[in-house]
Amino acid sequence: MPGMSGRFSTVIKAKINRLLDKAEDPGETLDYSYQAQLQNLQNVKKGIADVVTAKKRLQMQAEKLEQNVVKLDTQARQALSAGKEDLARMALERKTIAQTELQSLDTQISELESQQQKLTDSEQRLRQKVEAFRTKKEVIKAQYNAAEAQVRISEAATGVGEEMADVGLAMQRAMDKTEQMRARAGAVEELEAAGTFDDITQLGPGEDDIDRQLRELGQSGQVEDELARMKAELGSGGSAPQGELGEGKAGA
Amino acid sequence: MIVRIMGEGQYRIDDADRDNLNELDNAAVAAAEGGDETAFLQSFAALVEHVREVGTPLGDDELEGSDVLIPPADITFAEAQHEFTGEGLIPD
Repeated sequence: MPGMSGRFSTVIKAKINRLLDKAEDPGETLDYSYQAQLQNLQNVKKGIADVVTAKKRLQMQAEKLEQNVVKLDTQARQALSAGKEDLARMALERKTIAQTELQSLDTQISELESQQQKLTDSEQRLRQKVEAFRTKKEVIKAQYNAAEAQVRISEAATGVGEEMADVGLAMQRAMDKTEQMRARAGAVEELEAAGTFDDITQLGPGEDDIDRQLRELGQSGQVEDELARMKAELGSGGSAPQGELGEGKAGA
Repeated sequence: MIVRIMGEGQYRIDDADRDNLNELDNAAVAAAEGGDETAFLQSFAALVEHVREVGTPLGDDELEGSDVLIPPADITFAEAQHEFTGEGLIPD
């Protein structure tokens, strides 16, 4: 438009226009746009479903991690009761990692939550515009001859087209975020699989990669504090019988 | 004129406000190009806030193309910079 020299606006408007030009079907009938709009709404719904799926996966991981935190804590207590301080320390180190990972998962879950909300709002807006278009189209068809109606409907379609482009952008951003988190979720699952142990008595004496990584992360301060606290607790509460050291499923 | 904040909706704004919008828009772009994140976030927020403040939201049944398009309010600095160096938010 004349006079508008805002560069953000200029860049984005040019892009949207190219997008709309591309989408335009030369053999477009009066009803074609409406079908295309309905199709677009379907796509947005699929997009929302994708985000929800990704979010659920992260939520399940978070639940598992929470269970691991409890389990590792129990294992540390059992190891300590049995006088195996090294094992207790190892379990606490892994617990710390799991807790850190849990925090990061929570952040990602709320990020996806917000993407889901944005997409849902966008879908709602588009749905209303599509409905308005349907009504308008019928009114125009009844009031004008075919040639005039074509022009007017095409104007109305431009308004909806821009809304579709807008939703398309929201989808793109949501999908990018979801993809990043999917990749991350895969990495967490690997860590999760490697980071706990079903039976603490089966742990060998040597350090594995994860233990080395844990140390490099410099979390030993926190771990030592917790170990000391646990020792004090156990000291005042009496020690558990040796025979209970093992599965660690029963809970302390 | 009609202004769209992407991901949010359209607003009707008095044509007399065009210069204000241009100024705010260009300030945000200059900050993005200059690599100044703080300045960008501030000036872009000011642009979005200005539109919300002086604009009247379009009704659900109004089907209009926009004269001005503004990126999503939550655009990141990286996305904004990318807008001027690469494909941007909307690939060609």
